[in-house]
Amino acid sequence: MTAARPGSREPGDQEQPGGGAGAAGAPRVPAPRGGRAPGPAAPGPGTVPAVRRGTAPRQRTGRERTGGRPGAAPGPEGDGRLTHQELMSLLGVWALDACSVQEAACVEAHLNDCARCADEALRLRDAVTLLGPPRSLDLDPQLRHGVLESALARRPAVRPVPGWAAPYDAEAARLDALLHDINADEWDIPVRVRWFAGEERAGRSLTVAQVLDHLVAMDGLLARAVGLPDPLGADAPADPLERTETRWRLVTAAGGDSGPARLVAARAWEEWREQSRELVRTAARRGGRTGEEMLPVSVCDPGIFPGLGAAAGPRIPLSDAYLNRAFACWTHAGDIADAVDYPYEAPLGAHLRLLVDLTARRLPGSIAGRRRAGLATTRARLTTAGAPGRTVHLEIEGAGGGDYWIPLDSPTAAVTRVAARDAVAQVALADVEFCRLAAGRQSPAEAAVAGQGDQAAISDVLSALTALSRL
Amino acid sequence: MRRRLESGEAAALAELYDRFASLAYGIAHRVLTDEETTGRVTRDVFGRIWATPQSFDPDQGPMRSWIAGEAHRLAVARLRRREGTAAGSAERIRTASTAARADYIVTAMPAPLREALELARGGRTDYREVARELGITDAEARRRLRLGLQLLASATTYPDDVRREQRV
Repeated sequence: MTAARPGSREPGDQEQPGGGAGAAGAPRVPAPRGGRAPGPAAPGPGTVPAVRRGTAPRQRTGRERTGGRPGAAPGPEGDGRLTHQELMSLLGVWALDACSVQEAACVEAHLNDCARCADEALRLRDAVTLLGPPRSLDLDPQLRHGVLESALARRPAVRPVPGWAAPYDAEAARLDALLHDINADEWDIPVRVRWFAGEERAGRSLTVAQVLDHLVAMDGLLARAVGLPDPLGADAPADPLERTETRWRLVTAAGGDSGPARLVAARAWEEWREQSRELVRTAARRGGRTGEEMLPVSVCDPGIFPGLGAAAGPRIPLSDAYLNRAFACWTHAGDIADAVDYPYEAPLGAHLRLLVDLTARRLPGSIAGRRRAGLATTRARLTTAGAPGRTVHLEIEGAGGGDYWIPLDSPTAAVTRVAARDAVAQVALADVEFCRLAAGRQSPAEAAVAGQGDQAAISDVLSALTALSRL
Repeated sequence: MRRRLESGEAAALAELYDRFASLAYGIAHRVLTDEETTGRVTRDVFGRIWATPQSFDPDQGPMRSWIAGEAHRLAVARLRRREGTAAGSAERIRTASTAARADYIVTAMPAPLREALELARGGRTDYREVARELGITDAEARRRLRLGLQLLASATTYPDDVRREQRV
């Protein structure tokens, strides 16, 4: 993704006192770049700088004023001449090496005859060397955490960002930074999004803008739940896929997906970012500890806890709704990063642990769902709610890891110390792998999973994990 | 923004960081070139605005300028400390300072000029492509790129003046 640095050439060639009177044979104004990439019309490397010979600049001032016509400069098409005005207008793109080889040759020929343009050309070319590397590409996400922590240590916040909203805040900032680093020509790269539909691999090729619009639509569900405006309108559907498709339709209808890919994405990007900021501000306004504030499931993304059902008023912690969006943000940022072949690291350990924990808590519902659908390979064992059942011990390794005992028989089964000790199987896998499985970005077969014990139970748990995934 | 910082809203600090961290970091990095010290300067800049939001006076200019100025000042101070009286240190500090000023100018110039420069920098993009990307005419792309560079060139004025003064 990095562009070649323009500044690393010709050190000191601006140090030509008196216009190169002493430098016989050296061009007065060297070409902007030694190694111009040879385009189809390029005469070959090395020929461009040799076009002109050095001339003292001050001698020709009079002529430049009166004439303004350079000698026999061929036009870009090979005939016709460029006026002084036209040549002057090319100085910037010449200095940046952003014009055709023919245009560059015309400009360079002109610079020998026109002191004013030669002066400006030197100035502009020096300015190009001042252009830094294109934005600092790798602002370490750890730095953000460190800077914020250290500032908050100097003066504690009156209104802190709650711990459960911090992962969303950080992941949104990371995706934002990733988008900043995308090169102009990468915006139309297809983003491959993969998940599991039932037991089958599913996938779709999206544009960056479509991915961002998907995030707008899904974050919008949380926005609506916390009293912010729904970007899809007040009577928008709650079903995730429907929401996303509605969003895409609305964007198309408004003409928002026509034009250069970069601009199309910029629109979605801006909207997504503003909404994500508003969500963080709202979280801070509401405050509270993890799990403290509950939302009715009917206003939440039903995919957070599969099988919970909208009836009978079960409630979902606000903190989980935020963690769920942090997870999605990370997952889709990873999709975009993969598409542009950019390394994308895991969230901070403390944040990753919260995401792993949420995923582990989502699992029992998914296991039960698969069992009801007849997809489970282990036989069901009836338990009464609250009674201990069989468990699988998940040993999640890494900074975000921990030990989890997943009830196999019923999501409401109690997990006791005894049951934990008697886990029918033990599965060890890394924190990131665990999340990638849950996101459907990886299949159980691809993941490095070490399991021992009841293989059928392990396979059920891993399949239930990937069943959590969706677009 | 200052009011939100004063009232102790941590989300405002995070937003400030997201908007200006690359500016502060970029400027400090141009001066210091190593990541660790640059990180420290970045931390100091945001620590300062958070601890004493009053030190930013909106009447003196936008927040962007304040951040850039602080990053520049703190980075040069660290570079001075590091360089001490080593040979050529004055020249190195001046060069670094010019580069940092140039960075600032790029970030502070009108968005249309900056966007055009961002697209054309690196020399891989022809200006016609820049024009297409931005939905403007070729002539307008040429104009913006030239104007942007002219603004950027003003970054060198300051050290030149210093050099001239020193020669006198």
